[in-house]
Amino acid sequence: MSTAYQIVVCGSIVPDPLQTLEPVASPTGPALKNEMMLPAVLDPWAGHALYEAANLAKNQPGSKVWLVSLGPKAKLQQVMMTVAQKVPFELVALDGSASGFTDATETAAALADAIAAIPGLDKSKLLVFGGWESASRGAGATMQMVGERLGIVDQFQGVDQLTVNADGSLEILERIEGGKHQVSKCASAPALLGWATGNLPEPKNNPQVGMVNMRTVMPALQKAKPTKLAGEGLSFASVALPKQLRETQIVKDKSPDDIAKDIVEWIKK
Amino acid sequence: METILVLAHTENDGSLAKSAREALHAAAALHKSLAGSKLIVGVIGENIQSAANSIAASPATKYFGVTGAEFSQSRYATDAVAAEAIFKAAQATIIVAPATSRWARVLPGVAQRLGGRADTHVTGVAAADGKISVSRWYYRQRMEGALTRTQRPWILGIDPGSQTTCNCGPGTAVIEMVPVNLTDASKRTTVVGIREPKADAQTIRPDAQLLFVTGAGWTKKQADGQTHLPEAEKLILDFLKKSRASLGSSKSLVDIGGEGQAVLPFLSHLNQIGQTGATPRHAKGLSTCCHGEEPHTVGWRFIGERRAINLDPNCGWARGKADVLYVADAFKIMAKVNELLAGAGKT
Repeated sequence: MSTAYQIVVCGSIVPDPLQTLEPVASPTGPALKNEMMLPAVLDPWAGHALYEAANLAKNQPGSKVWLVSLGPKAKLQQVMMTVAQKVPFELVALDGSASGFTDATETAAALADAIAAIPGLDKSKLLVFGGWESASRGAGATMQMVGERLGIVDQFQGVDQLTVNADGSLEILERIEGGKHQVSKCASAPALLGWATGNLPEPKNNPQVGMVNMRTVMPALQKAKPTKLAGEGLSFASVALPKQLRETQIVKDKSPDDIAKDIVEWIKK
Repeated sequence: METILVLAHTENDGSLAKSAREALHAAAALHKSLAGSKLIVGVIGENIQSAANSIAASPATKYFGVTGAEFSQSRYATDAVAAEAIFKAAQATIIVAPATSRWARVLPGVAQRLGGRADTHVTGVAAADGKISVSRWYYRQRMEGALTRTQRPWILGIDPGSQTTCNCGPGTAVIEMVPVNLTDASKRTTVVGIREPKADAQTIRPDAQLLFVTGAGWTKKQADGQTHLPEAEKLILDFLKKSRASLGSSKSLVDIGGEGQAVLPFLSHLNQIGQTGATPRHAKGLSTCCHGEEPHTVGWRFIGERRAINLDPNCGWARGKADVLYVADAFKIMAKVNELLAGAGKT
């Protein structure tokens, strides 16, 4: 039995991990220095969720993928130029902050409202995907709140694998403590999956996919709904970089025997 | 006046995990610093009496529980109902829970259900002048923030390993059982098992003293112009066996498999440390054949003493990220280390 799923992926943008980040105080709370100038990428775990969604849609004929993304419109546009070449999806854009200092509850409310407003949404076919944590706020909380708002109580986090069984049930592998996976069987959609790394490599850029996607990406960006995340009730006393710099001792001229001895003594200490 | 609820779940054997005792320690300290506050414990599991008894000497004044076969499973729908029921019975304003995979899955959703807020990966909780503040990390452990909230209930997920454990001994806990009604809709998901490597193949050991990280250099051509994957595999596995270290990896090494290159077969994304991997807590870390770039080393935030072996004296580790950088060939060093460890094992 093949089910045509409606797969909605929640994913925003984060600063390129190679960039140096520095917190600064802004009138609206903490922010990153030169935040709008920092090159951005699709949030890595959300990216895995998107690639898994596209793969599932390819294997389940009739399925469709949406990417619901909350971020500053201009930055979203930049990132979509690349992401849109990876896999087919329809963008639903929300114009607002993608800062790590925003509140998960407010972000979840905006995302859930955007999902609920997708025309023709059929909850019996709905799979909501996202990263299990962002690389910005890193809360691991937003997706669960989105699910609650949509009335989805079959939720899974740290997902590395989803298999659709012949009877339409879903087998899901979630990361748990100690390098193990919990295996669960869910009767059917709707379900919400916060993805970890999954099993798929990042798809290569495909300009043809990009051309098709851009037909909907640009209009979606143009009509992106302004979304204010006020951070109500939340206040930061401080945000600071850790005092992480160590005085690195560089050992260059020791023999392998001496280094090995040094390491073993250190391990045993 | 705050009512602090410590929410715990039992393990498969009916005990409480160390992380639950850490959460209890954080909650008890908070309770002590908040005049007039109440401390309550809630436990969920198939059978919870022995777990509650094991912490009966805690400062908690009341114990609530939800029990039954359905709560042996780590499942969102039933755990959410149970947590909500205990919260309501306790009339809690602050909920402190260990950020285990089970609670991390469900508690943010419970906060939504209760109209409250949730903060996860909390590494510190404090109170001053009646005001509670928590600290947690942002941008994958790159910066630390201290925050406070006015909303209640406020759920705090305490990062395992970030606190000391409560020093509360056993006794007999009087538990008030909270009834919950489970509908069929909450049982659409069934936990069918746990998938894990065989005991001798398990390389992720959260309780190990040492984290041993392998980088992509292990799979690259060596001085003789050849790759030495079988030798690398043997050296790494021998070291893990002898040292009982936990194995971590750089992203580039675990990604190699997806790119069709030869790989170290015992590594998976579960071993990955860094921006898109884990941030484990170990007393010491030894990195080998890894350049120590920022996206990887953010995963080392909670590693105490750090040493690295790399052929490049200008690699990332040299820039204040390691305590000691050995500029040397990891193949040679680790072979000698294994010899020494084997010798030590015989004596």
